[in-house]
Amino acid sequence: MYIAFMQAFDYVNATTIEQAVAVMYREGDMAKPLAGGTDIIVQLREGRKNAKVVVNVKNIPRLAGLDWAPGGALTIGAATPMHLIYGNAPIAAAFPGLMDAFSLVGGTAIQGRASLGGNLCTASPAGDTIPALIAHNAVCVIAGTSGWREVEVEKFCVSPGRNALQRGELLVEIRIPANATGAQKFGAAYLRFIPRNEMDIAVASAGVSVVLEGGKIVKARVALGAVGPTPIVAIEAEKALIGAAVDDAKAVAAAMAAASTAATPISDMRGTLAQRKHLAGIMTKRALESAISRAN
Amino acid sequence: MTTDTVAIGKRPIRHDGVDKVTGRAQYGNDVKLAGTLYAHILRSAHAHARIMSIDTSAAGELPGVQAVVTSADMPDLSKNTEVINDGEGEGGGLAYMSQNMLARGKVLYHGHAIAAVAATSASIAEEACKLIKVDYEILPPLLSTCDAMKDDAPIIHAAMRTEEAGKLGDKPSNVAKHMQLKRGDMDAGFAEADVVVEREFFTKMVHQGYIEPQATTVLWKQDGTLSIWASTQSPWGVRREVSELLQVPQGKIKVTPTEIGGGFGGKLDVYLEPVAAILSKKAGYKPVKMAMSRADVLMATGPTSGSWIKVKMGVKKNGEITAAQAWMEYEAGAFPGSPVGAGMGVIFGPYRLPNVQIDGYDVIVNKPKTMAYRAPGGTNAAYASESVVDELAEKIGMDPLRLRQLNGAKEGDRRVDGPTFQRVGYLETVQAAINSPHYEDGLAAAPATNIKVGRGVASGFWFNWGGKSSCNAAVNPDGSITLSEGSADIGGTRTSISMQLAEVLGIGVENIKPAVVDTDSVGYNDATGGSRTTFGSGLAAFEVGTKIKQIMIERAAKFWEIDAKDVTLVRGVFKNHSKQMTFAELAAKLDETGGQVVASAATDGKGGAPAFGTHVVDVAVDTETGKVQILRYTAVQDVGHAIYPPYVEGQIQGGVSQGVGWALHEEYFYNDKGLLLNASLLDYRMPTALDLPMIETILVEVASPNHPYGVRGVGEVPIVPPAAAVANAIHNAIGVRVTNLPMSPGEVLRALGKI
Amino acid sequence: MKTQVSTTINNEPVEFLCQPNESLLEVLRNTLSLTGAKEGCNNGNCGACSVILNGVLVNSCCVLAVETEGASVTTIEGIAPKSGGLHPIQQAFLENAALQCGICTPGFIMASKALLDKNPHPTEHEVRYWLAGNLCRCTGYDKIVKAVLAVAG
Repeated sequence: MYIAFMQAFDYVNATTIEQAVAVMYREGDMAKPLAGGTDIIVQLREGRKNAKVVVNVKNIPRLAGLDWAPGGALTIGAATPMHLIYGNAPIAAAFPGLMDAFSLVGGTAIQGRASLGGNLCTASPAGDTIPALIAHNAVCVIAGTSGWREVEVEKFCVSPGRNALQRGELLVEIRIPANATGAQKFGAAYLRFIPRNEMDIAVASAGVSVVLEGGKIVKARVALGAVGPTPIVAIEAEKALIGAAVDDAKAVAAAMAAASTAATPISDMRGTLAQRKHLAGIMTKRALESAISRAN
Repeated sequence: MTTDTVAIGKRPIRHDGVDKVTGRAQYGNDVKLAGTLYAHILRSAHAHARIMSIDTSAAGELPGVQAVVTSADMPDLSKNTEVINDGEGEGGGLAYMSQNMLARGKVLYHGHAIAAVAATSASIAEEACKLIKVDYEILPPLLSTCDAMKDDAPIIHAAMRTEEAGKLGDKPSNVAKHMQLKRGDMDAGFAEADVVVEREFFTKMVHQGYIEPQATTVLWKQDGTLSIWASTQSPWGVRREVSELLQVPQGKIKVTPTEIGGGFGGKLDVYLEPVAAILSKKAGYKPVKMAMSRADVLMATGPTSGSWIKVKMGVKKNGEITAAQAWMEYEAGAFPGSPVGAGMGVIFGPYRLPNVQIDGYDVIVNKPKTMAYRAPGGTNAAYASESVVDELAEKIGMDPLRLRQLNGAKEGDRRVDGPTFQRVGYLETVQAAINSPHYEDGLAAAPATNIKVGRGVASGFWFNWGGKSSCNAAVNPDGSITLSEGSADIGGTRTSISMQLAEVLGIGVENIKPAVVDTDSVGYNDATGGSRTTFGSGLAAFEVGTKIKQIMIERAAKFWEIDAKDVTLVRGVFKNHSKQMTFAELAAKLDETGGQVVASAATDGKGGAPAFGTHVVDVAVDTETGKVQILRYTAVQDVGHAIYPPYVEGQIQGGVSQGVGWALHEEYFYNDKGLLLNASLLDYRMPTALDLPMIETILVEVASPNHPYGVRGVGEVPIVPPAAAVANAIHNAIGVRVTNLPMSPGEVLRALGKI
Repeated sequence: MKTQVSTTINNEPVEFLCQPNESLLEVLRNTLSLTGAKEGCNNGNCGACSVILNGVLVNSCCVLAVETEGASVTTIEGIAPKSGGLHPIQQAFLENAALQCGICTPGFIMASKALLDKNPHPTEHEVRYWLAGNLCRCTGYDKIVKAVLAVAG
């Protein structure tokens, strides 16, 4: 049944974390946080999710905005809309893989609303920011009724549409650690494959980061999107790269093959299993090349 | 073409422009009558099932619900054999159309309407639909022509027999109709050829993709008359279909066309209006508004056919095409009426062929009933034939446009479907393509080793329709003219029609005040469709202008007290030797010369004016991902005479855009249960602004002999060549022919053997 | 239960009552009779309902009306100058024949306004990128892009 109207719910405009968390604890899964609403409003309308109460969290000061720590770490409030991040020159310079992803989430009008935290919490296997955040070693900061905790982004998604938040928990912010400096050079990139050039869901994607030192890759992160039930960290691809020279074609080929192997996609209307495994390798290679060139 | 004109060929701002850029224009869903009820339709969750029972009692008891209807509330027309023809493609039987409004006995596709509720709010109507209990016996779905034509296939319509050469077959079948066009000697033709190419092509069901979902408001009044506000291409078609489906005389129905947010053929037939009408009556004669959601539009209106087409063509080394043969199976959807017949006329339309045979099959499958979509059946047909023509050229080492020049149809050649061409401009389009800056320029260099660039060309034909139109005109005291016409204006036709009236009188088009009026306010008008409106309704405007001109000349003569034959009207000025008077000056004196001046005209643009296009496209293919990017596009078309050039260009650019979407991305994606999985604009991928380059247009003007200004229809031709042109460009880039539409990234990767 | 919302629409203070589950698009069209914003898909994929909310382009189908408490909303009905004439983008759409059926036009004009407010001199690519969330099925975008570039000068 396709539905044109949203189910009935109550609305709470939360102004503090405590207020939001209390409602979410009380109502459990029937409370849905609202930041940009570009996913949840559509899901509620189409009956894919249900809510008794919708909690607007974007008026909680800590959930909106950017905070740079001395040393270069960045904290992004979970409800911060993409349009405030997209085009931010310091973020583009420090976290280029993230900027790639931020600029890809939806068209302009979606960017006006969609939030980083929302993209994470929707926990779509194809969520664009997630592989990029993993490549940047980002951490989720979560508030709950029994205190605060941190979860690495790579452990945040647990299955399609489900995240690691427990009853009464709220994703408050995302922390991205400072990049390597000095003799070490950091580079990152996120690339996705879509049939159109915009307004599409990734068929396969890759977030890659590298730390280079003396012409060699000393650290590497390879995260894949849309090729499994959650974003996948391609550990064997990372291993294939660590220690390799930046121009080592064999290592790149090995990383591509490892990424294809790590991919466990399904066939659906957006792409077949074979196509997605193939693209996982191609996206890994291209993101890697871009990350290396950005590091140099 | 004509430089010495007053109105036609100019680029004025359209009459309805301000309303449309300020948000004031009233479209189907913007109509709001006092006391309106809102309706919602319960749709089938299965592709093929027998309805064992429907229980609407709980829905009827929900507070706010005013009426619930099923097919039991509609006249039972299942024995009716009348055919309703919308003027585009094939007509559908009335019995079938009735079943498509609300299912009777069986549901035949995912989304098939079953019941409807009218309530005091749309959300209550939706809630009530959830309370309707339908007990189904699920039947196996048939989802391709191949499956539906198997000997042991389940039969979707128990009574259906294949119609063949005017006779019905002797056993039940899912093939509604088999048609054949034939002339010459196929064996001899292929024997003469030095090269014979035979290929098979699969194409998927695609949708017109108009941005405005269907919407209507219907009021059945206590006196038995009905008022219908509808977003439709065909107000008189709505009147007739509602009349037939509800068995109400046409004279009791008034249809008021709202502004219409795109149609492309998809808004020729009714879906909602008869249902809203019976709800209105059952709810106690209250207005009922019904609007589709986007998912409803994709699931349950009329997309165009998926198809399987085999083409075989032979050519001599000197470039003479000796024979051509095609087998065409088109998905009709749940009821008969695919555009296979039109596709048969298009498939070899541009060519002069001595030996030709075409077999077409209209095949029932468990998908929505197909409806006209811009040059119905033409794009997939030309995709097949123009791919093969390209391959013939390649195999004999000839420029593909040269091959088309050698075999192109011209005046006096007989079409495969019968008629002989009058003056047509096909060869002129080929020559203009050859001379175009695009074709003369080399390809852009590939930016990376994984990117291959290529160029493709293809031609396309469309019949173009004339059709019946009528209009009324009245001269106002300030010299302006009120023009009441009946063609739904989907893209500037108020102005293109007005320009022809203005031209006759030699006055600027800003003096014409066009209004698209309801079915009670002007005579009959055929649909806005078949590329007929500027042609056919333009004829009526020309005719009414000619009458006004004559009357006004007589008035000038009366005013000057001379003989009418001594008065001329040149560029809006009445003249007799030294005496002269502008049109406006005379208009101010009408009361002194015999009262107001009005006229009406009714015309039938018999014959239409066939037209051709030839397209050139450059693509870049990413051989690692299979993604195809359009780099450059030039569309050449014989438009007869461009009455309103910016909107002629716009028609061509829009047709190309839809054709490119069909070529690369768009498809109905069904699972094996026959459920449509991509009923949204996220996954039904129409091109965005970022997917296309600027689209160059070259207007060739070979005047049509059937229109006083030489007009040919322009709307449909441009969607015919794009899929083939893009396919040929892909082949040129990567050396592989992609024979399935859409040529999506996965399809290209498979063709390349990468996955 | 209905909530009272105080907001500013097209520079005029407006108060309305709505259910928490009503979208801004529904309230604009059904409650306030501002039918210039159109429903093409109701899930953020076509842009026909584009409006400007606190200076930011949004799909009004993906905004809850209750969220607009204290906000400023600009719709297609509110961009032409009070003194007469049209907004330059509206005029450019007419002069460039950048519309056919016109159903997507209000959304395109609002999206173009949001672009030019932020970036008065975009390149063709920037225009195409920015407008990619607005679907037009009639024009092939050619004349729309040219109209926006004409305003950008």
